[in-house]
Amino acid sequence: MADLLSAAWVLPLLPLGASLLGLLVHRKAALCAGISIGANAIASVLAVLTVVAWLGADTPTVISTLDWFTVRGDVVLRVGSMLDAISVMMIAMVSVIALMVSIYSVGYMRDDPSPGRFQALLSLFVAAMLGLVLAPNLGQMFVAWELVGVTSYLLIGFWWHKPGAVSASKKAFVVTRFADAFFLVGLIVLALGAGSLDFAVLLAPASAEALAAQGGVFGCNLLTLGTGLVFVGAWGKSAMFPLHIWLPDAMEGPTPVSSIIHSATMVVAGVFLTARMFPLADAGGSLVLAEVTGAVTALFAAAVACVQRDIKRILAFSTLSQLGYMMFALGVASQAHPDGFTASMFHVFTHAWFKCLLFLGAGVVIHAVHSNDLDHMGGLRRKLPITWLACLAACLAISGIPPFSGFFSKDAILAAAWGAGHKGVFALGLVTGGLTAFYMFRMLILTFHGSYRGDAAQLEHAHEDKWMVAPIALLALLTVAAGWPLQSLFAHHMVPPGVEAGHAGHPAWLPWVAAGAGLAGLVLAWLRYGRTPRMSALAGWRKALFDQLGSNCAWRWLLNRVLIGTIAKVSRQCDEGAIDGSLRGVADGAQALGMTTRWLHNGLIARYLMVMVAAAVVTLVVLGGMP
Amino acid sequence: MTLQACLILGAIVFGAGVFGLVTRRNPIALFLSIELMLTGALINLVAFGRFMPAEGDAQAGTILPLFIIAITACEMAVGLALVVALHRQRGQIDLSELRDLHG
Repeated sequence: MADLLSAAWVLPLLPLGASLLGLLVHRKAALCAGISIGANAIASVLAVLTVVAWLGADTPTVISTLDWFTVRGDVVLRVGSMLDAISVMMIAMVSVIALMVSIYSVGYMRDDPSPGRFQALLSLFVAAMLGLVLAPNLGQMFVAWELVGVTSYLLIGFWWHKPGAVSASKKAFVVTRFADAFFLVGLIVLALGAGSLDFAVLLAPASAEALAAQGGVFGCNLLTLGTGLVFVGAWGKSAMFPLHIWLPDAMEGPTPVSSIIHSATMVVAGVFLTARMFPLADAGGSLVLAEVTGAVTALFAAAVACVQRDIKRILAFSTLSQLGYMMFALGVASQAHPDGFTASMFHVFTHAWFKCLLFLGAGVVIHAVHSNDLDHMGGLRRKLPITWLACLAACLAISGIPPFSGFFSKDAILAAAWGAGHKGVFALGLVTGGLTAFYMFRMLILTFHGSYRGDAAQLEHAHEDKWMVAPIALLALLTVAAGWPLQSLFAHHMVPPGVEAGHAGHPAWLPWVAAGAGLAGLVLAWLRYGRTPRMSALAGWRKALFDQLGSNCAWRWLLNRVLIGTIAKVSRQCDEGAIDGSLRGVADGAQALGMTTRWLHNGLIARYLMVMVAAAVVTLVVLGGMP
Repeated sequence: MTLQACLILGAIVFGAGVFGLVTRRNPIALFLSIELMLTGALINLVAFGRFMPAEGDAQAGTILPLFIIAITACEMAVGLALVVALHRQRGQIDLSELRDLHG
């Protein structure tokens, strides 16, 4: 079993191989799906066995690496795998969700012209994410991080003939790349300061002390600067406010892509990175950033989700809100109060199942009614009974209603915020919890209850594809089961490195209050939409406000001012001035030289002879002058 | 007559050759100029042979120019053949018109 732990590096290679093979035979849809599902199934079984082996072996961290290249004498970049509590959890989660999504895609992409390519790209995406969570050092993590970025670009823009999808994929890529630039700088700062990229060295207390002792710029030491810059990378990938702009637009991609991006890969990568760097970030004090942006994003996204009309955009904003929860839970954690870390990772885990399920359910609905608009839905529970039941379970879970999984993780987050004394963030989390229940049940009621509001002929063909319903049913089971049974497991094992697992204080009233907030939101949604499941158009200042919040208008200045106005301008200056300029200078120099020699070569023998004589004279004078 | 006077004569003849070489447009005049330059050099040889004879072989300075004059005659024959060929092909031999090699 110990071999299984040190051979974890095989995991990303399985979907990677599947994707390369799949791209070779991408015209054969069934073969591609088989390869993809097969690789993901093997990876899932291996990942689950690895989890069991890790729990049994009682070795907190298992690292197996291969030297790749040496950066600067002492900084060696290695590739391989590192298993500890968070990466063990992530590999199981990522591979199982990938399996679910690839099975689901068989049904969802049946009428698409190129489902083979889709499956291959999906496998590549999963391979990149597995490589990211298993990374034993920041170098491999950055490579995989960028691979996740580029494959998300390919997947969001999968329907390349849709202009919206193309611009959404471009936006996702540019915004996350913008943040990644900070990550890269932070990585270099940390690597030069600590002399290593390996987490084994980097996360040791000695590195934090060494980094803190070195001065940086802006009055920060290298520790604060490096971890802060790395966090900005996480900020972009996890779509924290105000870099969240790419996420709602990414809904243009096929629904299985949205599902996997929002549940187990991509956006979770930012939270994972923050958790991975936790000891350093905690020592450097940059966790405050995570706390503030997380709390703001949680509340803001929940508010915007309440007024969206597009079923996938509601889910996108709900993801933002839940990511905010995970981030601020990490932010309130510290070496003294590690329960925020535990709660955050627990929420990553539970959220993955129900968010994947919700998106897959939305995919079934969209397949049935051929629209994303809630106005064209309603009363679908008779046509899509399994989807309805599964989505109900997921909505109850995300709203934090016991005994569904989301209740336990959300409760743990709120308890951590309270326990660490961050009362303001606790209150924000509570309000967000109520809003979450409200917008989720608003969506559920408007989709599945009441009477159908779309074109009746459309509904004739609505049915549940067995390829699509099977993963949904399985995920519904996990949504229910991932909470209570695993609670003690997480509390016992999921602690930051160097911290002893202990039992955090938990006020007895807190679960009641947390569940009460969820229930209140649920009841409000029922009162508002239950009897007349219809949306009323917003009007007046509320419409203006939410239009601004929900659309990109309010954030366009950020793009225009920050991205285009300054950074793009500066880099354009660099590009045109320095790079193009130097090349053009070389060309101009060569041309001037050519013009000069051209003057000499005018074809007149007299000129040639004169030059020859002059040269001879000069040579004689110079040589004659020499001793 | 001193060595210095001979060397000055040689330099004047050589200089006249260079001047002709650069200013003349007729290739035959160019050959004449080249001959002048060579003659200037030969005057030097003869002068050094006369005033500073080599030990053991006092006649070398006088005999070497004779060989060179013979070889130059052959060279001129080749040169004149080129000029004749040029005239046959182009119909004229003005060097300022022959500038096909210009860059």
